[in-house]
Amino acid sequence: MHKVVIPIGPQHPALKEPESFSVTLSGEKIMKFSAKLGYNHRGIEKACEERTYTQDVYLTERICGICSHSHSTCFVQAVEEIAAVAVPKRALYIRTLIGELERIHSHLLWLGVAGHEVGFDTLLMYSWRDREVVMDILAMLTGNRVNYGINTIGGVRRDVSPEQAKQILKAMDTLEERTKYYIQIATEETTLIQRLSGVGVLSNKDALKLGAVGPTARASGVDRDVRRDDPYAAYAEVKFKVITDNHNDVYGRTLVRMGELMEAYSIIRQIINNMPDGPVAVKVPRKIPAGEAVSRYEAPRGEDLHYVKANGTEKPERVKVRAPTLANIQTVAKMLEDRQLADLPIVIAAIDPCFSCTDRLTGVRQQGKRSKNVMRWEDLHSYSIKYYQEHGIDFTDLNKKLAKLLK
Amino acid sequence: MIDLFYILIFPGFLFLSIFGLGAEFLDRKFHARLQNRIGPPWFQPLADFIKLSAKEEIVPDEANPSMFRMMPILAITATVTAFFYIPLWSAKPLLSFSGDLIVILYLLTIPTLTFFLGGWYSTSLYSRIGAVRALTQLFAYEVPLLMSIMAPALLANTWSLSEMAVFYSIHPILCLSNVLGFTISLISLLGKLEKVPFDIPEAETEIVGGTFTEYSSKLLAIFRLGIDIEAIVGASLLAAVFIPFGLNLPPILGFLLFVVKVLAIICTLTVLRTIFARLRIDQMVSFCWKILAPLAFLQIFIALFLKGIILR
Repeated sequence: MHKVVIPIGPQHPALKEPESFSVTLSGEKIMKFSAKLGYNHRGIEKACEERTYTQDVYLTERICGICSHSHSTCFVQAVEEIAAVAVPKRALYIRTLIGELERIHSHLLWLGVAGHEVGFDTLLMYSWRDREVVMDILAMLTGNRVNYGINTIGGVRRDVSPEQAKQILKAMDTLEERTKYYIQIATEETTLIQRLSGVGVLSNKDALKLGAVGPTARASGVDRDVRRDDPYAAYAEVKFKVITDNHNDVYGRTLVRMGELMEAYSIIRQIINNMPDGPVAVKVPRKIPAGEAVSRYEAPRGEDLHYVKANGTEKPERVKVRAPTLANIQTVAKMLEDRQLADLPIVIAAIDPCFSCTDRLTGVRQQGKRSKNVMRWEDLHSYSIKYYQEHGIDFTDLNKKLAKLLK
Repeated sequence: MIDLFYILIFPGFLFLSIFGLGAEFLDRKFHARLQNRIGPPWFQPLADFIKLSAKEEIVPDEANPSMFRMMPILAITATVTAFFYIPLWSAKPLLSFSGDLIVILYLLTIPTLTFFLGGWYSTSLYSRIGAVRALTQLFAYEVPLLMSIMAPALLANTWSLSEMAVFYSIHPILCLSNVLGFTISLISLLGKLEKVPFDIPEAETEIVGGTFTEYSSKLLAIFRLGIDIEAIVGASLLAAVFIPFGLNLPPILGFLLFVVKVLAIICTLTVLRTIFARLRIDQMVSFCWKILAPLAFLQIFIALFLKGIILR
């Protein structure tokens, strides 16, 4: 049959963020799939080097719109490790609490998106309605629905009052009941199972080989979770199961996420009931001593990794972020082998992609030329000067005058 | 003069448009309430129509302009024509002859063909994939639909809707033997109207808008109105074939009963489209051929059995 290449993105109803996929089709069957990242590069790592550590906490929070707390906690943990700060226990508990609430809202969001991708809009409406419960709790605790701004170096900025704790426990009961209903839908509704089961298969071997993380890996039987393997915050002191599944497909990923929701409710109950008293933050000097640290965090999408290098000033020398989607995106091509076009949206959605968080680098490919050259900071700087000169905006004379004046 | 009134005003174009938009509102509002949303106000379908019509009309450079423009009009004409053959409040429709049931089914196939041609001639890749899917789907649902509607006609020993209505008003109890066929044709109608779980030709998360990707402005508005009218005509056909009651009532009461029957069928379709996820095209085709078609055969056997044994 005649082969066609269709573009999925950068603008496409199935994608919530700009990202370009090119799919070669023979009829309805996918012959080749390739992904092009880099439509949403924001230069956050470089921007981190220009700001103080405190400012960076808020900047890293804005790497991702959904797992914002994950990124800021990951960054803060790295800085605290370099500065050797002993964070108060209550602060760690509150961080864990917000982290788990974030996991709940992220997984409920994913369930809705997955429903929408397979044309089951009723599931989208229901799960997003219930997501509002946890969003309200987050707004009550932190003042914001997504970018909580609760972390600070050396602790957290807001305490949790006993009345708030009561409300959280009440909300958990509601959500637990609703989640049980969703598990029932996912395991009983025929058309939904037909669309999820056997789709996007990633074998255990492939998951390990391609370095998948988070629910994507755990649904392929990879028993790996940073919260248990390398406990941070208060995770060493709470009991929870790491949910794994051997379905290896999108159905398995759904079950893992639903199972993690149930675990999150139990973790939050333990956190609220065992929260120690005491201060929520300690004072940390603005200048962080020289050193470097790697911090790991189990974000809702998988393992998040931050590397921070300090040079003794109040600004970091280097910040490197490895968002979970970067580890998972390679698996999509494998999952789509010999599948149909109709499976493409749900398979991409099943890794719960967050493309904007993933874009770390922009490669410039010149039209017509095969070679790809990476632009360094200086290149970009000179390129921008050249670009504006060509468009009639020239600051060379002004710059010279300024230099003279400064002398 | 009176013919012009029939065609343009009642029960023709104007009445059908208003009824179609009203039914679309009911469908959307009911769908929204089932999904725990508020839903649109009553004038939303009309407002959408007016707003779409006011937009700039864009025809792709590579598309065949005359075919591209003709398709929506052809779709709406075919559905409006089909409606003249359907009995509204009495056993006698506006137009009637001894084989009108077949003509209605034929005219109801034309919109799907216009979706195919319109998608094909707009030359966009998404449209073409949508167009091919629309045609593939047509071959899957059309056979069960035809067979399940054929069964009551076989039992009544006629191909004319008005004669069928007369037959079933004499033997009302025999309608109960067609329940299976009614279910099958409801499911097939979902495929014809391209609604979830059979909205494969316009699956927005896969192929943007499918057939209608390149359509805009008045042309899209007419297409959408055509689909609304198709829903009315399809629902009226099922009402006339499977629930032919109350045809001897006075005109106004009979007409109200007709409206209630059609809206009840529309609501059933809404419930069906709310509780399912979209199927893949291969799953849809195998479902129609492996489950619906044998069941439709069973319905025909039931009809033949009743006709051969009981009505002899």
